[in-house]
Amino acid sequence: MSAAIRVASFISLMLVSMQSWAEYQLDLRPGVTSFSQGAYDIHTLVMWICVGIGIIVFGAMIYSIIMHRKSRGAEAASFDDNLTVEIVWTIVPFIILAFMAVPATKVLLAMEDVSNSDMSIKVTGYQWKWHYDYLGEDISFFSNLSTPIEEIQNKATKSNNYLLDVDNRVVVPVNKKIRLLFTSNDVIHAWWVPAFAVKKDAIPGYINESWFKTDKVGIYRGQCAELCGTNHGFMPIVVEVKSEADYAAWVSGQKQQAAAAAESATKTWTKDELMAHGKTVYATSCLACHQASGEGIPNVFPGLKGSAIAIGDVAKHIDVVVNGVPGTAMQAFGPQLNDADLAALVTYERNAWGNDTGDVVQPADIKAAR
Amino acid sequence: MSAVIEEHHDEHHDHKPTGIGRWLFSTNHKDIGTMYLWFSFIMFFVGGTLALVIRAELFEPGLQFIEPELFNQMTTLHGLIMVFGVIMPAFVGLANWMVPLMIGAPDMALPRMNNWSFWLLPGAFGLLIASLVMSLMGMGSAPNFGWTFYAPLSTTYGPDSTDYFIFSVHMMGISSIMGAINIIATIINMRAPGMTYMKMPIFVWTWFITAYLLIAVMPVLAGAVTMMLTDRNFGTSFFSAAGGGDPVLFQHVFWFFGHPEVYIMILPSFGIISQIVPTFSRKKIFGYSSMVYATSSIAFLSFIVWAHHMFTTGMPVATELFFMYATMLIAVPTGVKVFNWVSTMWKGSLTFETPMLFAIAFIFLFTIGGFTGLMLSIVPADFQYHDTYFVVAHFHYVLVTGALYGIFAAVYFWIPKWTGNMYDEKLGKLHFWVSTISVNVLFFPMHFVGLAGMPRRIPDYNMQFAEFNAIASVGAFVFGFAQLILLYNIIKTIRGRRTEKATDKVWEGAEGLEWTLPSPAPFHSFTTPPTVK
Repeated sequence: MSAAIRVASFISLMLVSMQSWAEYQLDLRPGVTSFSQGAYDIHTLVMWICVGIGIIVFGAMIYSIIMHRKSRGAEAASFDDNLTVEIVWTIVPFIILAFMAVPATKVLLAMEDVSNSDMSIKVTGYQWKWHYDYLGEDISFFSNLSTPIEEIQNKATKSNNYLLDVDNRVVVPVNKKIRLLFTSNDVIHAWWVPAFAVKKDAIPGYINESWFKTDKVGIYRGQCAELCGTNHGFMPIVVEVKSEADYAAWVSGQKQQAAAAAESATKTWTKDELMAHGKTVYATSCLACHQASGEGIPNVFPGLKGSAIAIGDVAKHIDVVVNGVPGTAMQAFGPQLNDADLAALVTYERNAWGNDTGDVVQPADIKAAR
Repeated sequence: MSAVIEEHHDEHHDHKPTGIGRWLFSTNHKDIGTMYLWFSFIMFFVGGTLALVIRAELFEPGLQFIEPELFNQMTTLHGLIMVFGVIMPAFVGLANWMVPLMIGAPDMALPRMNNWSFWLLPGAFGLLIASLVMSLMGMGSAPNFGWTFYAPLSTTYGPDSTDYFIFSVHMMGISSIMGAINIIATIINMRAPGMTYMKMPIFVWTWFITAYLLIAVMPVLAGAVTMMLTDRNFGTSFFSAAGGGDPVLFQHVFWFFGHPEVYIMILPSFGIISQIVPTFSRKKIFGYSSMVYATSSIAFLSFIVWAHHMFTTGMPVATELFFMYATMLIAVPTGVKVFNWVSTMWKGSLTFETPMLFAIAFIFLFTIGGFTGLMLSIVPADFQYHDTYFVVAHFHYVLVTGALYGIFAAVYFWIPKWTGNMYDEKLGKLHFWVSTISVNVLFFPMHFVGLAGMPRRIPDYNMQFAEFNAIASVGAFVFGFAQLILLYNIIKTIRGRRTEKATDKVWEGAEGLEWTLPSPAPFHSFTTPPTVK
C-alpha cells in the first residue's frame, strides 16, 4: 500500500508541477459552426450526466468499501434480491436516455440538411492528398502536406503548424452555406475539420454530402481521419474562410495562375529549369512512397534509382507516370499534374540519384503521349 | 459430497500421460485450459511489445524509431493479437478449466475437438507473426490496414501477406466455433443432476451466451475474409467500386461480426466479476435472475447496433437515428449489471484480496469505458469523436481495464485451485496497484488528445498533442513491465516452493462445486456426478 501511495504522489506531483495546465487542451472545443456548437452542447450534456451517475454509483461503492469491510467487523446481510429497486433502476435509465436522445436527434437532423447551399466543392481523397474542385467555377487543385521532410525527421525545428500545413488551402467565403461532396480515387479517407464538426468518409464509388457555414473569418485545420495507408498521418486539411471581397480576389488570382500554367506548358524548357521544377513536383507527389533518396521502401514501394523504368525507355516511363499501374499504389498522375509538371518530373527522375540518362522531356512530349 | 471423496480416491489411479505427448494429444479439459492460458499469456507479451513500440514512437512528435509503414503494421498486429490471440483464448482457457468444474462434469463434451481447436491457434498466429518477422527481415510487408481491415485498403491495396492473414483468420474462426460448440454441448448435456439452468453459476451463464454469439458471428467474419480472398485472387468485385461492388458492404459485414465480438470479449469477464464480488463480500450475488436477463439482452442488442461504428460513412439519417437509439439502449442492461454488483457489495463483509481488488477496479474502470461508450452513441457528438484517440481511450478502458482485468482477477481467484498453492498476496497487490495506476496514466490522457482533435492510427502528430502523448507513453512502459510481476508470481505459485498450500475451499466466502474438489483439482474430476440441491 505505502509503495502505491508513493507512486501516486510522485505522479500527481509530476502533473501539478508541469508549467501550466492552461496549455493542455482537455475538452472538445465549441468550434465556429452551428454543428460544432451543437455537437459541443450535446457532448457537454451527456458528459455531465455521466459524471453525475458516476458520482452516485462510485459513491455508493466507495461508501461500501469503507463502511462494509470485514476488518471493521461488518457482518454480511442476507438480502440478494429486491424487485422494486430492480424495476426502478431499469426504468430510470430509460428516462435519462430519452432526455439525451431528444436534443441529439434535433442536432443531427439540422446537420443532415444540405439543401439551399450557396456553393459546392467536390472533395476527392487520394493517397495521400486532397483534391478540391469548385463546382461551376473552373477552379480545381490538389492540396499536399507542406511540412518539410526535415522537420518530420527531426533535422529541423518543427514549425507551429507542424503536419497541419498544406501548399494549397481550400478558400471559402464567410457567411455562405458551403456544400461539400466527398469521394475518393483509391481507398477510404475521411475529411475532418474539428472546428466545423464536419467528418465524412470519402469512399470510392460513393458521393457523400455535408455542409458548413461560419461567420468567423480564419484558418481552420484538420486531418484525414480514416486509415488510408502508409501516409495516413500526413494528409492534412486547411480551410481558409475569407471575407466576400477577399474571396473574390482569390478567385481571380486562381484564374490568372491557371492561365500562366497553360502558357508554361507550351514553351520549351532548359534542362536546369526542368530539373529544378521536377524536384519540387517530386517532393509533393512522389516522395512519400519513392522517398527522397529515390530508393523507395523495400518490398512496399519500388525504388526509382537505377530502376528499369527510370533509366529505360522514355515512352514507357512517361506511360507509367501518366497512366499509373492499375491495381497498385502507383496512381495515374496524368489527370493530377499539367504537362509542364510531368515533363519536369520525368526529366528529374531520369537524371537524379545517379540515373544520369541525360534525357530531357519537354511538355510537348507529354502532350503527345497523353 | 460422497462424489468428492471418491474423487480423491480416484486420483491415485490417475495415469497422467507424460512428456510432450501429454500436451500434444491432450483431451483433458484442464491441460487444454492450461495450454490456452499460456498461449494467451505469451501472445499478451508479444502484443504488448508491439504496443510499446507504438508508444515509443508516439512519445514525442517527429519520426524517431520506425517509419509510418512499419507503424501501421504495428497497430494492425497489436490489435489482431490482443483481440484474437489474448482475450479470446484466455476466456476459452478459463471456460475449459472452470465450466466442467462448476457444473460438476468430468470433462468437456467433445474432448478431441477441444484438442484440435486449441492446436489450430499456434498455427494461425505462427502464420500471422511470420509475416511480421518477414517484414522486419525486409521480405514484404505484414498486414498494415488496421485490425478492422477495411476494403479496399486491404483488398486492392493490401500487401501480399494479406492472403496469409486471411488464412490465419479462417483458422482462428474455426478454432473459436469449435470451442463454442464444445462449451454449449457441455453446458446443455453435462450439468450435474439438480443443476437447473437458473442454478448455474453466472460465469457459466455468461459463457453459454458468449458461445452462441461466437457461433452466430464467426461465420460472418469468415464470409468477409473469403470475399476478400476472391476479390484479391479470383477477379470478383464484392468490395471494389470499379467492378460494381461496394466498399461500405465490407464495413456492414465486418461490424455485423465486430459488434457482437465486442461483447464476446466482455461477457465472460462480467461472469468472472459476478463470481468474485459475492465471494469476497461473503454475500450472495444480488439479483441473480436479472443478471442472466441483462446478459441475454446485451447479447440480443449486440446484433442490432453494428452500424454505430459507421456513422461517418454517409448513411441515411433514419438509419443513423435507429442505430443511435438501439446503441443507447445497451446502457440499460449494462447499468443493471453494475448496480447489481454494487448492491452485492452493499452491506457485505468485504475483504480485499487481489482478485477482489481487480474486480473492484473492473467495476470502476469498465464503467468509465461504458460512459464514453454512451457518449460515442450520440451521433452528432460521434462525428467529433469518431476515429480519434477518444475512441482509442474508450475501447482500451473496456478491453484492458474491462476484459483483461477480468482475466487477471480470474487467474488470481482460481490459480490456488489449479496449482494447489496460494499465490504471493504481496506481489499480487503490488501487481494490482502498479497496473491500476499506470493503466490510467496510459489511457486517461487519450480522452484529452482525442477531444483536442488527434486522429488515431497516426505515427506522428502536431506539438499541441505532445504533453499528453508523453504522459501516456510513460504509463505504457510502466504498465507493460508491471506484467512481469504477474509472470513471476504465476511461476512462483506453480513451483510452489515458497508458497502456502491452498485449502480445498481456498476462500472463506467461496461457494460452488469447484471449491468442493481438492486443491489442486485432480487430473480427472467428477467422474461420478455430484448432486446439486
